[in-house]
Amino acid sequence: MWRDALLVAGKDLRIERRSRVAVNQILPVALAMLMLFGFALDPDSPVLARATPGLFWVVVLFVTVLAVERSFSLESADGVRDALRLSGLHPGGIFLGKFAALAAQLAALQVVLGFGVVVLFGRDLAGYPLLLATLVAATAGIAAAGTLYGVLAAGLRVRETLLPLLLLPVLAPVLIAATRAFETALDGVPSDGWPWFNLLAVFALIYTGFGILAFGSLLEDS
Amino acid sequence: MTTPHTAASTPPPTDPHAPDPPTTGVAAPAHTGSSATRTLGLVTLAAMALLVFLAFVASPRDQVQGDLVRLLYIHPALAWTAYLACGVATTASIWHLVKKTPGSDVLAHSAVEVGAVLTALTLATGSIWGRPTWGVYWVWDARLTSTALLFLLLLGYLALHRIDAAPEVRSRRAAVVGVLLVPNVVLVHQSVEWWRTLHQDPTLARRDFDFATSDLFMFTLVYSVVVMSLVFTWLLIHRFRVGWLALQAEELWLDTAIEARRAEGAGTTEPAETTRTEPPRSEGGLP
Amino acid sequence: MSGDMTYILAGWGVTLATLGVFALSLAVRGRRLSRMVPAERRRWTS
Repeated sequence: MWRDALLVAGKDLRIERRSRVAVNQILPVALAMLMLFGFALDPDSPVLARATPGLFWVVVLFVTVLAVERSFSLESADGVRDALRLSGLHPGGIFLGKFAALAAQLAALQVVLGFGVVVLFGRDLAGYPLLLATLVAATAGIAAAGTLYGVLAAGLRVRETLLPLLLLPVLAPVLIAATRAFETALDGVPSDGWPWFNLLAVFALIYTGFGILAFGSLLEDS
Repeated sequence: MTTPHTAASTPPPTDPHAPDPPTTGVAAPAHTGSSATRTLGLVTLAAMALLVFLAFVASPRDQVQGDLVRLLYIHPALAWTAYLACGVATTASIWHLVKKTPGSDVLAHSAVEVGAVLTALTLATGSIWGRPTWGVYWVWDARLTSTALLFLLLLGYLALHRIDAAPEVRSRRAAVVGVLLVPNVVLVHQSVEWWRTLHQDPTLARRDFDFATSDLFMFTLVYSVVVMSLVFTWLLIHRFRVGWLALQAEELWLDTAIEARRAEGAGTTEPAETTRTEPPRSEGGLP
Repeated sequence: MSGDMTYILAGWGVTLATLGVFALSLAVRGRRLSRMVPAERRRWTS
């Protein structure tokens, strides 16, 4: 299963290295959204600084929708889905592979986005252990849920509109938890933020576990 | 239509709150009622009438809430049935993923649709109660917020169940979302509760009212939950039968279409008329 | 307090009306679909 996961993740990342859709399209969208938030909320007022953690995660959530759509449009072309199914790869491995590739891309996006927040919004970073732990746990949860709901919407004519409807309400707890954890790391007492990290970890574990179990039956037919 | 019934011998399905649907013009006894559900419907109607009597006439005003306590005879009961529907949907979805029976998917879909209506009503009555009590229609309370997100999750399930795919694919995918309904609600509730308790005083939503003022209050509250559960049962049974009929109609349409194609392939000079019939435009019917 | 009564009646009215309309729509949908399905597949009609 792990070997299959590595294969699938490697394939997705190789495609990304050659096509550069995430770097050339999704990342600029994320930066554009950061700019728009700057225009919408007066950068001179404390509102923007106070809202920064929330805005960061809102951008991540919207970008996730784009990245998930991209990840599964790779599979819908030319019957790749059938090829994956016939390849004899473990379905859980396929899920883990897609999950890992998505998580890696999201993590890279978040690093750039975090840099953008520091530069554009003038935020100083603090509370690094909590910040990094939150980043990892939240990314894992978002990627797991994204992969699971991505395959649910994959291959449908309505996938572009269906995916956000399915995914965004599900990710609401991640948004709340990650935002609060960032807030405590940046402005509050970092030790208050660890319960939020636990919630994120539980979310990630539930979705990864269920994804590994359910992926087989979802790939089976379509 | 081989059953010997006439419209006169089988009365229309009883409806808890609405006037009976017109029987004229329906030649065959074609409806989702049965003698059991008719009895259930009559009992539900009578129980609902008693609840209205208890809520508006018999029960006294509350000392803290005043007349507004009368809204509490319907709002918690609606919320209870909404969560009950959610539980039924998740259970049926698990059952579907394990056993792959079409009935379990129809049950889950039915529970979600009925649950969506009940959740919307829970939110509506909650807001209507909140306006005079809190002065606002909406507070970011854990229960309110997780109920609103539950409504969105249910809408997502319904949208997924309407996709243009083979019935098994559609059911399988919907079942995965259905299984995650309850865990999602729990996670949302947990996160919102922490969020509000950590960052704002949660007292707004926890204004206590005096339960001890009247035994009738407690009785009516419990009784309203019973009545609403009856309403839920009636709605779920009928929605299940509608879903079952839709499934049958879809299969039937598919069968005739395949037959027609076969006939065409076998070299019959004239393509059968049935190939041009429209698919049944119903819940989740083929586009 | 009469202002409260408006809210109370609105809450009950919305609930009863919605449930009634939904029940009615279920009955109508059931009737329409029943006509498409032969009787032997409608097991509950008795």
